[in-house]
Amino acid sequence: MLREITLGQYYPADSVIHKLDPRVKLVATLVYVVSLFLFKGVVGFAVITAFLVLAVKLSKVPFLYMIKGLKAIVILMILSALFNLVLTPGINPVFVLGPIKVYPEGVRMAVLMLIRLSYLIVGTSIMTLTTTPNQLTDGLETGLAPFSKIGVPVHAIAMMMSIALRFIPILIEETDLIMKAQMARGADFEKGNIIQKAKNMVPLLVPLFVSAFRRADDLAMAMEARCYTGGAGRTKMKPLRYGKADALAYIVLFAFLATVIVLRIFGY
Amino acid sequence: MSIIKAKDLVHEYIRRDEDGNVKMIQTAINHVDMDIEEGSFVAVLGHNGSGKSTFAKHINVLLSPTEGTVWVDGKDTSNPLFTYPIRRTAGMVFQNPDNQIIASVVEEDVGFGPENIGVPTDEIWTRVEESLKSVGMIKYRTHSPNKLSGGQKQRVAIAGVMAMEPKCIILDEPTAMLDPNGRKEVLAAVHELNKKKGVTVILITHYMEEVVDCDRVFVMDSGKLVMQGTPKEVFSKVEELKEHRLDVPQITLLAHELKEAGLDIPEGILTREELVEALCRLS
Amino acid sequence: MSIILDHVNYTYSTGTAYEIQALKDINLTIEDGQFIGIIGHTGSGKSTLIQHLNGLIKATSGAIYYNGQDIYDEDYDLRTLRTKVGLVFQYPEHQLFETTIFDDVSFGPKNQGLSKEEAGLRAFEALSMVGLDENLYYQSPFELSGGQKRRVAIAGVIAMHPDVIILDEPTAGLDPKGRDEIFDLISKMHEEKNITVVLVSHSMEDVAKYVQRIIVMNDGEVMFDDTPDEVFKHYKELEQAGLAAPQVTYLMHELKEKGLDVDVNATTIDEAKRSILKALC
Repeated sequence: MLREITLGQYYPADSVIHKLDPRVKLVATLVYVVSLFLFKGVVGFAVITAFLVLAVKLSKVPFLYMIKGLKAIVILMILSALFNLVLTPGINPVFVLGPIKVYPEGVRMAVLMLIRLSYLIVGTSIMTLTTTPNQLTDGLETGLAPFSKIGVPVHAIAMMMSIALRFIPILIEETDLIMKAQMARGADFEKGNIIQKAKNMVPLLVPLFVSAFRRADDLAMAMEARCYTGGAGRTKMKPLRYGKADALAYIVLFAFLATVIVLRIFGY
Repeated sequence: MSIIKAKDLVHEYIRRDEDGNVKMIQTAINHVDMDIEEGSFVAVLGHNGSGKSTFAKHINVLLSPTEGTVWVDGKDTSNPLFTYPIRRTAGMVFQNPDNQIIASVVEEDVGFGPENIGVPTDEIWTRVEESLKSVGMIKYRTHSPNKLSGGQKQRVAIAGVMAMEPKCIILDEPTAMLDPNGRKEVLAAVHELNKKKGVTVILITHYMEEVVDCDRVFVMDSGKLVMQGTPKEVFSKVEELKEHRLDVPQITLLAHELKEAGLDIPEGILTREELVEALCRLS
Repeated sequence: MSIILDHVNYTYSTGTAYEIQALKDINLTIEDGQFIGIIGHTGSGKSTLIQHLNGLIKATSGAIYYNGQDIYDEDYDLRTLRTKVGLVFQYPEHQLFETTIFDDVSFGPKNQGLSKEEAGLRAFEALSMVGLDENLYYQSPFELSGGQKRRVAIAGVIAMHPDVIILDEPTAGLDPKGRDEIFDLISKMHEEKNITVVLVSHSMEDVAKYVQRIIVMNDGEVMFDDTPDEVFKHYKELEQAGLAAPQVTYLMHELKEKGLDVDVNATTIDEAKRSILKALC
């Protein structure tokens, strides 16, 4: 059951987007998210839509596979749209039901909210779908490298992230197994009120923590045995180098951001 | 020439209570002398808790001697200056295949060691390719380790050590968590490395069948080195091995029992071929 | 008293690209008091199969009857079934969680709704059955050696008084002496308590030595289901399924080829010894 969550997991394909430098993709995602909150009118929306469609097409990830990730958040989206619908104040209500009054402003906000959220999820998932977790951490590590000068342990953070990513599937599988093993001893994880339920989790959580610590211990030793001493003096098997495609991508990105800003200034 | 030499090695684990007072001292290695020839394939046998894994960790400087000295390739392990050179000379593979693979892609994991010791990028790629080839895992280079079998994961771990170009490789119960096919894969890979690349192999195990093809066997019990010799010499002493909570391979046991029953066959038979030959000579 | 599997199928991740049919049309009867071995290479479906026997996994189609009752019936209590059909997973010591060994072993009986005293009694009995030193009962299970932890974990299942006990590779990772101790314990349970034992193992030698009946799983199907000597007659087919026969079987065949009049059906050291001595003397 836990294993079936696929939201944003890497989707191997041979596309332009897959090949882009992860730093470009990180910057692009940032620019894209900012643009979602900048646009005002239909023209701006059209530009963003064009940008998103282009990215989806280029990524070669099936669109259906992408929006599968949306399913998990549908309830959240509907809820936030509903809140916007009924709680936004306005002047002339278009719909009244008892104490609930819906104004045109509310409708507008709700629609905007839905668009923003779904665009946000699809857009950011393009990054995670086309970038391996390792490239992502590499991108973060190199991108944030300047901060290590002011004492931020960038290498350590990136290393922790990539190790966490490697072990998440293993720990999920382990959780599944321990749950089953305790159920075989008559444990019931569903019974009772909240306090009872929390208590019922002890036979799951204790072994899980013990195992996680044991793994951490083993891993630390294995890393030490392979001469790991932290970031200093390390070389890279896959150093990040910008190519022509990356330069082009930056130009496109810059043009896109400029367009969105200009449109915003003129109120489109 | 010996590549690993232990002289009068003692290791004590000291456990302290909350106030820092010594609560318990456990002697894991008790005055051990050992000599391992360069290029040989040796096995260290012993039951769980016999001290064999503690010994292995000394070779890789994951532990330091309480007393005595260990030299790896002539370097004293207690000298902190030698820690990293020794770890490059003597690589280590551990028991749990999942807990020693660091990266989410096979080739990146093999590259982890060379990255740590500052090998230039181009050379990392050649080393990774060569090491993966030497354990027969090259076609899985872009796979995720999570999708591999236990035997394949262990071979990736071995490749990860080989990419650091060590003279010696220590395997600490590498097959304990594998199925019979995985066990065969790993052993075949290690024997191949020993023969083709001349790497010294130290195999720590409690599977008797894995020891049959070794050059030399060391048996540990309660932190002491209690037996040593060729597999034939060690496995002729069935009763003595049993006293050390160990066993002999099935075929050796059968040959031993037949001899006890009065048949005139030699002690220390290790393989089916030997036993068939000995029995046919009788008929 | 028996477990009957009737046309059981199980498919993982139905409807996705990763769909795998882990069990294909399994029909089995596990009679009371038997000592059964299940063998098969990794991924042959044996783990999936044993998790069906106590209802942890629900078959995609087909039926399972425990003592004549359909376990998929709506009012059938699966939790009771799980205490009747005890399952010891691989590396069971990884599920220990209580502060003392005694409490950990009492966990199962308490879940069965027994009083504290009764659960304690069960724990006491189970711990003495697995041969753990009484001085250790109130210590933390995390301080024990690997072999001891394994025995405590098995005691946790024994304490529920199951009629059937399924053990998934109970000796994995143990040294030879530890392996013998576990097998002695299992034989003792089978003989003294008359518990039905289902043993999943990779070791053909161990299976040949202890069990009365072998079920060979291959690609989600039952490939063979017979007595050890009958099953190991098919050693060539077993090899094709990624398995092997005990060393002794190969030896006996080689001796026969060389003209020695030995019994090729011998699968254990004792049988081989007798047959060879008979042929030579």
